[in-house]
Amino acid sequence: MNWVVNNLDLIGQLTVEHLRQSALPIVLGFLIAIPLGWLAFRFKLTRGLVLTITGLLYTIPSLALFVLLPTVLGISVLSEANLIIALTIYAVAIMARSVADALASVDPAIRQSATAVGYGAWRRFWAVEFPLAGPVVLAGLRVAAVSTIALATVGILIGVDNLGYLFTNGYQRRIIPEILAGVIATMVIALVIDGLLVLAGRWLMPWAPRRVSRARMERLALRVGEPA
Amino acid sequence: MFTARNKGRLALGAAVVGAALALSGCAAGDPLDSGDSESGSSDTIVIGSQAYYSNEIIAEIYAQALENAGFEVERNFQIGQRDAYIPALEAGDVDLFPEYTGNLLQYYDPETTATTSDDVYAALQDALPDGLTVLDQSSATDQDSYNVTGTFADQYGLTSLADLANVDVPLTLGGPPELEERPYGPSGLQEKYGVEVAFTATGDTTVEDLLAGTVNIANVFSADPRIQTEGLVTLADPEGLFLASNVVPLVNADIADEIADVINAVSAALTPEGLVALNVKSTVDQESSADIATAWLTEQGLI
Amino acid sequence: MNLFLDAFAWLFSPDRLTGSLPLPLAFAQHLIFTFVSVLIAAAIAIPLGWYIGHTGRGRQLAIGLSGAARAVPSFGLILLLVLVFGVLHKPEAAITAFVLLAIPSILAGAYAGLEAVDRRVIDAARSVGMTEWQILWKVEVPLGLPLLIGGLRSAALQVVATVAIAAYIGLGGLGFYIIQGVALRKFDQVLGGALAIVALALILDGLFALVQRLVVPRGVTAGRVKEVRATSSRRRPVVEPATK
Repeated sequence: MNWVVNNLDLIGQLTVEHLRQSALPIVLGFLIAIPLGWLAFRFKLTRGLVLTITGLLYTIPSLALFVLLPTVLGISVLSEANLIIALTIYAVAIMARSVADALASVDPAIRQSATAVGYGAWRRFWAVEFPLAGPVVLAGLRVAAVSTIALATVGILIGVDNLGYLFTNGYQRRIIPEILAGVIATMVIALVIDGLLVLAGRWLMPWAPRRVSRARMERLALRVGEPA
Repeated sequence: MFTARNKGRLALGAAVVGAALALSGCAAGDPLDSGDSESGSSDTIVIGSQAYYSNEIIAEIYAQALENAGFEVERNFQIGQRDAYIPALEAGDVDLFPEYTGNLLQYYDPETTATTSDDVYAALQDALPDGLTVLDQSSATDQDSYNVTGTFADQYGLTSLADLANVDVPLTLGGPPELEERPYGPSGLQEKYGVEVAFTATGDTTVEDLLAGTVNIANVFSADPRIQTEGLVTLADPEGLFLASNVVPLVNADIADEIADVINAVSAALTPEGLVALNVKSTVDQESSADIATAWLTEQGLI
Repeated sequence: MNLFLDAFAWLFSPDRLTGSLPLPLAFAQHLIFTFVSVLIAAAIAIPLGWYIGHTGRGRQLAIGLSGAARAVPSFGLILLLVLVFGVLHKPEAAITAFVLLAIPSILAGAYAGLEAVDRRVIDAARSVGMTEWQILWKVEVPLGLPLLIGGLRSAALQVVATVAIAAYIGLGGLGFYIIQGVALRKFDQVLGGALAIVALALILDGLFALVQRLVVPRGVTAGRVKEVRATSSRRRPVVEPATK
């Protein structure tokens, strides 16, 4: 573990880079997934379309997506933009489905009562449906956040420096503690972000039960699995 | 959801998210730049390096030497493949890069026939685009070379690639994946030495595979310390299959004169054995590039 | 479009059958690694998941582990294990990494499948005299198969993606073309490799989806009431209980 102690600044630097590269896809993914998820929920036509397309995109292995995106978008393969767009796509794929499921899980009786009391469609969405769907949306957000942080390490294969650098550099120099430090650092920040999201959820949605219905959470987790 | 109390919380939450977004956006710079670089002020010299620990050490040496001479230096290491950093160099986002004459020449002129150290250096100067130039090359080399284990060499009396014709067992060549298609790969061996080899991509574990017998010839970079520590025999290359590949500073033509003295002194002091020793410090002693660079520069009296 | 044409030309050129890694061999390597890893992971995770699902014990631990496992960077895990096992045991190290990555999805599929079974069905089974083993095998497992297959599907896709990345350590498979192609600056090869990987992933995904549908016990499909989804805000009297 000597190596770790001697290179704390390198690890710290890379961690900051890593967080920066992961934050944008998670936030963007969330913002894009809400309207997409709503579309998938609201109209039967778009439901099939959105879910099939996001499902397909999600199926594409990361290394292949890193090549396909630049071909389609005209950016460089070996660029940070490539990584961020790819990560965003995966995040959207995970969260669109969870937003759609979350909205579908809201009791239709409640929706009807809201309309009866006088809410218009827009306000009803933001004031009633979305908050009630909140816990499941948060579950999807957590899965997406953790997956994005872990997946971002593959960026080193396309020349983007983040914690993944510790993997290839450690492999070249045969320094096991270096790779281990990278793995652990990635896991730690993923789990910390996950914890922060849980806390944010409790803070923003104090009415929500502390534990989302387990069956629901597991089925959600199952559907999304983990991208790689 | 929009109770008075929650509105405040939501607003705060939105502000935090917005700040996070803004920060990540700011730091990212121009997303279309391959390679993570920002153009510094004209006084700052941006030094890059390949995704190769040995190259990073040399880059760090350049960096510290320049800093010692009073220049402002910005490090942008581990940029990766030539496809990533050459455009950055040509665009002026990176100013200085430790390179290798032979490999760089092949990048710009794949059909080149130069093979000796001086020929390659001269051809390189011609092949480079305007705006880029090279300073003095160093005697230190880190080039492709074919090696066999000591035992294998003794068994078949091998000292040069020409001797491979005497080997009666099937030959398998190991090396990085792209070696298969390189002009000095299996096709080159066939042409220049009449030797047929099969190819296995062994990548970063080439030396281990050679020692284990998975392959019997391996492409090992000449500055790899394990050639000596494992008693490998580098086969001589009388037909000039390989281009000589000396360490050379690739530099933005605008600043070439400014930094020439400092960097040329470094290049002159760097020897093949010296480079191997530096690599040993990184892999065996696991020291960081910065420490290795400082120690070496002090030893050479350049700091 | 030109790029895609070049890539297809590369993919279907007869040269693909020669060289150090012929395309069919790469496909085969990729499939075999995936198959073997998922099989081993299933052998470990399915019994465990069924135990957790049936008895309800250890579920918190399983959920926690699945969550933590999602945070593991697969690329780093592979490189780490290769160094730990020794660079001469790359296939073993790689398969170990793939198995470790596949287990969480399969485990979750197994126990979620069992837990999704309506408690009343299990009570009914108990009340007609079935033993615990019979309940497990005749009721819970068949009803839980779709979710289990879903977990296997998820795991398989993840392994396919990771095998592609494992080409970095020289493991072969379809990722090799991308890695070699980038170094050689041959984009037709890089794109061709990427398309091959996507094709493999989509085919596997399709197969699993098919299996998932076929595996639902006939009794379940026959009796299924059309799901009431509140997708329109058209005013409609609420007469049936909301389904979840």
